Amino acid sequence: MAEYDRRTIEELVDGTIDFYKLKDMLSNFKDKNRFETYLSILQERVPWSDPILLPVGLHLYIVQKQDGSRIVKCDCGHEFCDEKDNWKLHSMIHVRDTEEKMSEIYPKLLAPDPQWQVIREYYCPSCATQLEVEAVTPWYPIIKDFEPDIDTFYNEWLQRPLPIGE
Amino acid sequence: MSINLSKKQQALSQLKGNPIGWEGKTLKQMRQDMDEVSRSTGHYAGLETLPFKEANPIRYEKIFAKLRGGVVHARETAKKVAASPIVEQEGELCFTLYTPEADSVVTSTGIIIHVGTMGAAIKYMINNDYEQNPGIADGDIFCNNDCQIGNVHPCDIHTIVPIFWEGELIGWVGGVTHVIDVGATSPGSMSVGPVSRYDDGYQVACRKVGQDDTLSKDWLIESQRSVRTTKYWVLDEKTRIAGCHMIRDLVLNIVKEEGVDAYKDFVREVIEDGRRGFINQVKTLLIPGKYRQVSFVDVPYKNLNVPPYARLDTIMHAPTEVTVHNNGKFEIDFDGANRWGWHSYNATPVAITSGIWVMMSQTLIPNDRVNDGAYYASQFDLPYGSWLHPDDIRTAHSYSWHFLVSAWSPIWRALSRNYFARGYLEEVNAGNANTSNWLQGGGINQFGEIHAVNSFESSAEGVGASAVKDGISHAAAIWNPEGDMGDMEIWELAEPLLYLGRNIKPNTAGYGKYRGGSGYESLRMVYGAKDWTMYFMGNGYMASDCGLMGGYPAASGYRFEAHGTDIKERIEQRLPIPTGGDSDPDYPEYEENMDAKEIIRDKQSITTETVYENYDLYLNYLRGGPGFGDPLERKPSMIQDDLNEGHLLPRYAEKVYGAVVTQNDKGHYLVDEEKTSLRRAEIRKERLHKAIPAQQWMESEREKIINKEASVQVRHMYAGSFALSERFNAEFTEFWNLPVEWKLTEDELEVPVFGAKINKNPS
Ligand SMILES: [Zn+2]
Repeated sequence: MAEYDRRTIEELVDGTIDFYKLKDMLSNFKDKNRFETYLSILQERVPWSDPILLPVGLHLYIVQKQDGSRIVKCDCGHEFCDEKDNWKLHSMIHVRDTEEKMSEIYPKLLAPDPQWQVIREYYCPSCATQLEVEAVTPWYPIIKDFEPDIDTFYNEWLQRPLPIGE
Repeated sequence: MSINLSKKQQALSQLKGNPIGWEGKTLKQMRQDMDEVSRSTGHYAGLETLPFKEANPIRYEKIFAKLRGGVVHARETAKKVAASPIVEQEGELCFTLYTPEADSVVTSTGIIIHVGTMGAAIKYMINNDYEQNPGIADGDIFCNNDCQIGNVHPCDIHTIVPIFWEGELIGWVGGVTHVIDVGATSPGSMSVGPVSRYDDGYQVACRKVGQDDTLSKDWLIESQRSVRTTKYWVLDEKTRIAGCHMIRDLVLNIVKEEGVDAYKDFVREVIEDGRRGFINQVKTLLIPGKYRQVSFVDVPYKNLNVPPYARLDTIMHAPTEVTVHNNGKFEIDFDGANRWGWHSYNATPVAITSGIWVMMSQTLIPNDRVNDGAYYASQFDLPYGSWLHPDDIRTAHSYSWHFLVSAWSPIWRALSRNYFARGYLEEVNAGNANTSNWLQGGGINQFGEIHAVNSFESSAEGVGASAVKDGISHAAAIWNPEGDMGDMEIWELAEPLLYLGRNIKPNTAGYGKYRGGSGYESLRMVYGAKDWTMYFMGNGYMASDCGLMGGYPAASGYRFEAHGTDIKERIEQRLPIPTGGDSDPDYPEYEENMDAKEIIRDKQSITTETVYENYDLYLNYLRGGPGFGDPLERKPSMIQDDLNEGHLLPRYAEKVYGAVVTQNDKGHYLVDEEKTSLRRAEIRKERLHKAIPAQQWMESEREKIINKEASVQVRHMYAGSFALSERFNAEFTEFWNLPVEWKLTEDELEVPVFGAKINKNPS
């Protein structure tokens, strides 16, 4: 069973990890304490103190609020919605649905044809980070990517208490 | 070797009509009993403990190592018998050992999707009482390539050999190779021309083709007369038989050394062990919950030279909901997948499920314990009547991979959300490339022979980005973890096509904080052929997957072909000719160095046979992989490398990445970090300025839906999904808050609806 120090996991988060170290990590059995170390690194880096229950995207977290609710929060501090809701419905959206908007980012022949497909970009309303991109047909319902069962995950799989605020 | 004795005993036993299974059972009884006991106990073969493994752990591992090593070795050795570059260069073959009931025990490397398909073929023989007629005896050789019995597409030919020990069947070994042609309507292994089963080529439905380890003469004659590439057909078959016989010898030697009872205990336990190992991996790497994702691929058939009922534009739809259950069970539900169609991209349930295991073996279960244990720990819901579970025997499957690859790719994203949340960032993968284009065709080649080609350059596409680094460029294809792009020199021998270029293709990787791997492109010139045709096969109008967590999808496809060029004259006059890549298709350069009667550059990336003369050109563009994370977070130094290494056209450095770029006097690109950081801050402001709140956008989209404003192909896709799934229809109606009277049917679209009327799906 592998074990990694905090610094290695920090390098992983920062994308600065040495290639051969990464390759060994991929080949090896997983380390049991990864989640704990990872969570504490992320918690240390965010500018707010709500305990992180689960990272759900590159900048998104499900956090525990003091009133007992669980919400989706951006690392900039923007609070989207309850964890059960789809955060995308509370984001800013830019839809590339014309040839002109497509050709801003692809040469014309390399872009999807908007008669067939559009590109939907979801931004954080506060920091404007692009949090998710969907390439779907017109009319496609906004996808709810992830519905984790946090209680079962902590109580039964990890068998550790849920983080609670001070 | 007791083979003579066992043959006598067996002949005697069959004469008496004795069953060949264990404990005097028929194979059919064994299969039924196995299903029953596994279902009722929740453990494979009812094994609540693993007594053999627990009592003899070292002996257990030794048997496993011998079997796995032997099976892998057989593949490596057999590969050398082959002549087809698809097998010899690309390793498009695989061998698997099964229990008598057709559960897989151990498999080789290679195209391991066939662990499932050959298992399905053996099960078909068992369920159809092959034990009585045509009989199953030591030394028999069976062949199958029928998709609806158990295959992905007809060009994967199975050779299946039973393994007997003292008159009793102790297992099966199957070998598969991807052959270069099966005599379909157009040359090549994965034809685009077929729209029904009867165009798909030679179909062999679990047929006994040999006895006493010898192929029957009538089979040899008929099969060779049914395909275009006779020589490769024969050598591929010898390859498969050689591998199967090596593995049969291996098993018989292990039985001799360890005893038949130990072998029997082992094969049962190793599958239950595989089931437990899979659940353990799920609980180690995933998070209980639901994960939703979708992908599409374009089927642009409106103007294609196919029968009239097939001439329509449509889209294949693969929505998936992955459920990771509290007990570690893994379920994938394809509810909402739309109807099968008159094209060669339909799939069978076994192609979908086996294919997902191929993917899993590269991510969730990356070890040598891939067997049917994982299958027993999971559940697939595949809607009947859809493209992945046709309700009609007439469906064509020759290029099933057109969508299989993209249909699984979103599942890779679902898994990646789990890995990301648990901190296993090294495992995150934004998805995989649409593994096209497929350069295929045939005619009379440079050696004057009837020939067909299928360039497996497509086994090296851009890999998806991870959460810690870029995807690997021009590197891999999901369907063969061991594939590579092959040597140009070999392809030039296999195909009457010279290379005028093989280059990284800029802007094909999905952009992101970490970009996908870039695709590449080969410019091929026809040379030395007679009566030559080729066609294109890939996604064109659509990107076949999304990016992940802010990353973009990979670029979509297009085609370039040129006919009636003056390249011959230009070579004679020593004038420049087109070479290298079509690096910026907005500003094409090939045309500057040639004249041609016809130049086609468009997004119709699926075509049927087109005649090519010598000195005509064909561009083979292999796709990139999707990206991860917001491109504005990409390190300036990485953007600089992208520019200098040809992964990115300079004019997109600012538009996509917000990079402020200069070029030094040596032509080297430099990214100014400070200016880039300022520019990125502006871009963030611009984003919020041009974007609108999602719920406001939904209002305007809802209006479009109510007014049915969308292209026919988009409406046809939804209508085909609604027709098969009330649930998908209800969820759609609810999400968009549509009036109850809003309906969309296939009939109202004024396109052919052949095949939709039989609708055996009760929903
Ligand atoms: Zn934010």
